[in-house]
Amino acid sequence: MSHFSAVLIFAACASVVFGITQRAEPRMMIRFGLFCFGLFIFGTMAASWLMFLIKH
Amino acid sequence: MTTKAVLPNQSRNKNLPIVVLIAGWVVPGLGHLLLRKYIRAGLLFVSIVTLFAAGLAMGGKLYATGTGDMLDLLGVVADAGNPLLYLLGRMLDWGNAPVLLAVAEYGTKFVAVAGLLNVIAAVDAHSLANGRKVGL
Repeated sequence: MSHFSAVLIFAACASVVFGITQRAEPRMMIRFGLFCFGLFIFGTMAASWLMFLIKH
Repeated sequence: MTTKAVLPNQSRNKNLPIVVLIAGWVVPGLGHLLLRKYIRAGLLFVSIVTLFAAGLAMGGKLYATGTGDMLDLLGVVADAGNPLLYLLGRMLDWGNAPVLLAVAEYGTKFVAVAGLLNVIAAVDAHSLANGRKVGL
């Protein structure tokens, strides 16, 4: 399993739980879950590029 | 003059919030299932079990007590957020293999986070049962 697929699995599972537990309305759950998923992916990629740039 | 708020679920069963909390803690999603939130229960179960299983498949370890490392206790607390899966894993000696994969450290975190997410889900079921959270 690659690091990126691990990130995708983690982001998907955690976002589902966050969406369901942090919002009351089904539509808002989906929106918040997608927001969390995007934030997980974006945050991971941003941190990865930051570490790459620090090293090089 | 103060008025006491009567929540709709309180009149039904006074013990329901505690039952739902414990059920949701022991089996991921069971709390929501008892509240007839079938889709949420299924999604929670699949998400948490997938995270736990993926963690072990990646070579992650299950924390144990008695290692002499105080920080491992925090890992045990996180892993025990999924008591059934944790005990099953300990009995079947899962998560005890030597670290061979580069993503094994991630796997350990996956298992710990699965436990913590399960606690959040159980508390959410409790909030739905006692009326603190409005469930649609």
